[in-house]
Amino acid sequence: MAEIKADETVDVTHLVCPNTFVKAKVVLDELDEGQILAVRLNDGEPAQNVPRSLKEEGHQILSLDENGDGTYTLYVKKVGD
Amino acid sequence: MAKAVNYAALKKGGFMRQKQKGYFSLRLQVTGGNLTAENIKAVADVAQRYGKGYVHMTSRQGIEIPFIFIDDIDEVKEKLAEGGVKPGVCGPRVRTVTACQGSQVCPSGCIDTTILAQELSERYFGRELPHKFKFGVTGCVNNCLKAEENDFGVKGAMKVSFDDSKCIHCKVCVKACRAGALSLDENRNVIKNDALCNHCGRCVKSCSSGAWSGTPAYLASFGGLFGNSIYKGEQLLPLIEDRDTLFRVADATIAFFAANANPGERFRATLQRLGEEEFRKAIQEAYNGGN
Repeated sequence: MAEIKADETVDVTHLVCPNTFVKAKVVLDELDEGQILAVRLNDGEPAQNVPRSLKEEGHQILSLDENGDGTYTLYVKKVGD
Repeated sequence: MAKAVNYAALKKGGFMRQKQKGYFSLRLQVTGGNLTAENIKAVADVAQRYGKGYVHMTSRQGIEIPFIFIDDIDEVKEKLAEGGVKPGVCGPRVRTVTACQGSQVCPSGCIDTTILAQELSERYFGRELPHKFKFGVTGCVNNCLKAEENDFGVKGAMKVSFDDSKCIHCKVCVKACRAGALSLDENRNVIKNDALCNHCGRCVKSCSSGAWSGTPAYLASFGGLFGNSIYKGEQLLPLIEDRDTLFRVADATIAFFAANANPGERFRATLQRLGEEEFRKAIQEAYNGGN
């Protein structure tokens, strides 16, 4: 699988649910359709729930990669305006 | 001369005797925790005119209108009926069927709890049994409605399937699965360990590519108690994959309780007294399709 190139990055590891999702959503709102956001998430609830919440907003999840330091990077493509 | 009061009949009809002589707290039928705006207006009017202007929310999603005077009972019933509100039941019979909002409203819901609660209620509500019997329906494994507190608990689940050709190998499902049933092989292909799967459907809910799909299914629990003694209902059957099977199992459970319980004996106590084997046999037969 080819490396995914993000257009924007946001770190939500200092936040707790649901602010993790809210922050990611706010940043996605600023992107253009088709652009890719990389979201750095903590393991546990954020890694389990944020991908699903963004999917339910209609965005396309591309990958959830483990960073090896207790965090994950979620790549999500913006769908819709 | 004072009228003879048939307290048992009143209790059966949802009127519970209060400490205050001549006054009753009227329990209403609230199936699945839902009331219409019209229902609520009728309840408010009755509470204002005949009660003390307030209602009590019960622990099982019901509403009671306290301080209804005995002479007003018939009039109160009429007023409530005009607003589409029916009295509840107390005593040794099937009680209010409770439910969370389920898949019609909640993103986590796997089953339509509202419809199922109505169907269960239509079939069993008020049925005379040796003791009270409670049904509760929760939409998913998050268990907001506490299925295992009930004599018969239903928990929404999913029968899931995986289409490899649609998988984009994003790994979200592996993380979303809390049962540890999913893993990746060296080529990032998803592997499912069926023995660990708890049928929660989180893989389906989280899947962004449509590789995971699921159909609504049920996990039933039996013999829960949350009163004088506490007992968690036990899941004695595998995943129930369709509504007809669920109702066959429910029928078999009610029939077993009706046939085997002593008067005043809760379902759990019956199971403890007789041992679970016979009951397991009865529901397994219903599960397999027998009657």
